[in-house]
Amino acid sequence: MTLLSVRDLRVLFGTEHGEIAAVDDVGFDLAPGEILGVVGESGSGKSVTALAIMGLLPKPPSRIGQGSIHFQGQDLLQLGERDMRRIRGPGIGMIFQEPMTSLNPVFTIGDQLMETVRVHQHSGPKEQRERAVEMLARVGIALPARRLDDYPHQLSGGMRQRVMIAMALICNPKILIADEPTTALDVTIQQQILELLLDLRDELGMGIVIITHNMGVVAEMADRVIVMYAGKIVERAPVNELFERPVHPYTRGLLDSIPSLADERERLKTIPGTLPRPWALPAGCRFQPRCRWRVEACASTVPPLGPVREGHESACLRQQELAAE
Amino acid sequence: MGRVILRSIAGAIPVVLLVTLITFGLMRLIPGDVSAALGGITSTTEEREQIRKNLGLDEPVHVQLLKWYGGLLRADLGRSHFLGKDVTTATFERLPVSFSLSLYALVITLILGIVSGILAALRQNTWVDQAAMMFALIGVSMPNFWLGLMMIVLFSVHLGWLPTGGYVPFTQDPIGWLRSTTMPAISLALLQVGLLARITRSTMLEVLRQDYVRTARAKGLPNYLVIGKHALANAMIPIITVIGIIVSLSVSGAVVTETVFSIPGVGQLLTSAILNRDYPMIQGGLLFVTLMLVGINIAVDVAYAWLDPRVRFERG
Repeated sequence: MTLLSVRDLRVLFGTEHGEIAAVDDVGFDLAPGEILGVVGESGSGKSVTALAIMGLLPKPPSRIGQGSIHFQGQDLLQLGERDMRRIRGPGIGMIFQEPMTSLNPVFTIGDQLMETVRVHQHSGPKEQRERAVEMLARVGIALPARRLDDYPHQLSGGMRQRVMIAMALICNPKILIADEPTTALDVTIQQQILELLLDLRDELGMGIVIITHNMGVVAEMADRVIVMYAGKIVERAPVNELFERPVHPYTRGLLDSIPSLADERERLKTIPGTLPRPWALPAGCRFQPRCRWRVEACASTVPPLGPVREGHESACLRQQELAAE
Repeated sequence: MGRVILRSIAGAIPVVLLVTLITFGLMRLIPGDVSAALGGITSTTEEREQIRKNLGLDEPVHVQLLKWYGGLLRADLGRSHFLGKDVTTATFERLPVSFSLSLYALVITLILGIVSGILAALRQNTWVDQAAMMFALIGVSMPNFWLGLMMIVLFSVHLGWLPTGGYVPFTQDPIGWLRSTTMPAISLALLQVGLLARITRSTMLEVLRQDYVRTARAKGLPNYLVIGKHALANAMIPIITVIGIIVSLSVSGAVVTETVFSIPGVGQLLTSAILNRDYPMIQGGLLFVTLMLVGINIAVDVAYAWLDPRVRFERG
């Protein structure tokens, strides 16, 4: 069963350089209880994809060029703002990278939690309060009833991200979109938040889309992974397959640049070059200027996303060779 | 919260003392005194000397100053040279006039300024935005005495809808009060609506970009909560500062407006006191104005603490 199904999504942004595609031909499915990792550098289109699902992209300058986003049988891209509001919260919840700025500084966390319940469910103040306390307890906040009257600045970064998670899940959404949920946190806190998300998935059974540039987070969390580069999906595979047999040169570069503890004298490996500007994309494969497997055809042919093995797809002209290595 | 208020009051005391000292000194530096006005053009030097003596103006300046401070401690601001009554009584007679006019103008300013600012921000770069900002620019650029005169010409002289001037107390006749204060209040407000609208617009644009606004949308909140609650509550913090400035400006703006519409307010009282060198009246009247401005600043500080929990906890 599929919970969320994104097909051929293309998101355009009007800029001074003309209209550019921040997300180009992106598609994926998410099943209940599944965790999908979306990996890529900043600017690869991960967050834009997430915001497109939520219907939170500012229009203008952005515009959906084509595609569909099916959730529970309806295409979210066809819904009006009113109906979309009913999806956000009870249907799909979202948490963001910066727990420091994502909570409103002038309202108590209790107020911010309870208003979500108030807007979506017709329950009394007492039930709203109980629900808020229950959610805070569930995300591991001690003395939850007392924390309700705290303001965000009285909480640590990790606590705030827990509150954000509680807020995103308070209406029992079927999907949680987590956009770099641990990037702004200390390493030890990162681990706690990731474990919390896994526990909540097991407990509540929602599907999670986790967006990150951190391969460690992907390894720990995801069931399946899509790797994005310059607005396109370059590789899609189950997590073990991706780590054991990466095919696309970009994925390989990402995995190589994870520092290893074993050979400590080795220099950190990096991918040469930088992500191309979206208004100056190279011809052919978007990764070819940085690719060490490049051949002449790469500069003229756009490689389609095609199967490498069962459940494993990649978008590289030389993927059969690379897979056979 | 209590400590915020106490701290603001403590900070205000030296300001008030300094202002009284400066006004006292400045008035004595200006040549001429009340004796000429009281005695009339035909009065002799001896007669004027006698008037000065009667009023205690022949004493050394520091003695006069100490006497005035002494009176202040007994809540006695002295007696006006001209009006034949206590400064306190004279001021309190006029205060309700100025106060009700300023309040009326402030209400107009707040409603027009904040609403047009928010609309302009929400419809950024559309005709709504441009119309609102055009209106704001006109309001800021137009001298309010000129606007007052033009309104008198149109609404009083040509159309005959409203009186050209004067003042009817609200307690006596609310409709009459409305008729007598609407034009002055609009001419006073229009000067400041522009300022407030522009600040509201830029602050709202800034706040609407914040992560917590995106969070509010991601929770599925309706627009009126996202804008009216989450965005506005944060935007109010800088807007309050501007409102404080606007209220202060309206005190000086009122002097002009009261003259144009011949409204017997504190502004008019002070203007004639200055022209007549009525020292106790100037000194006392300015003390009231100073206290009012200081009060506004304290109110702004308190409003900050009320609006922003970070300020509340840090100081309180």
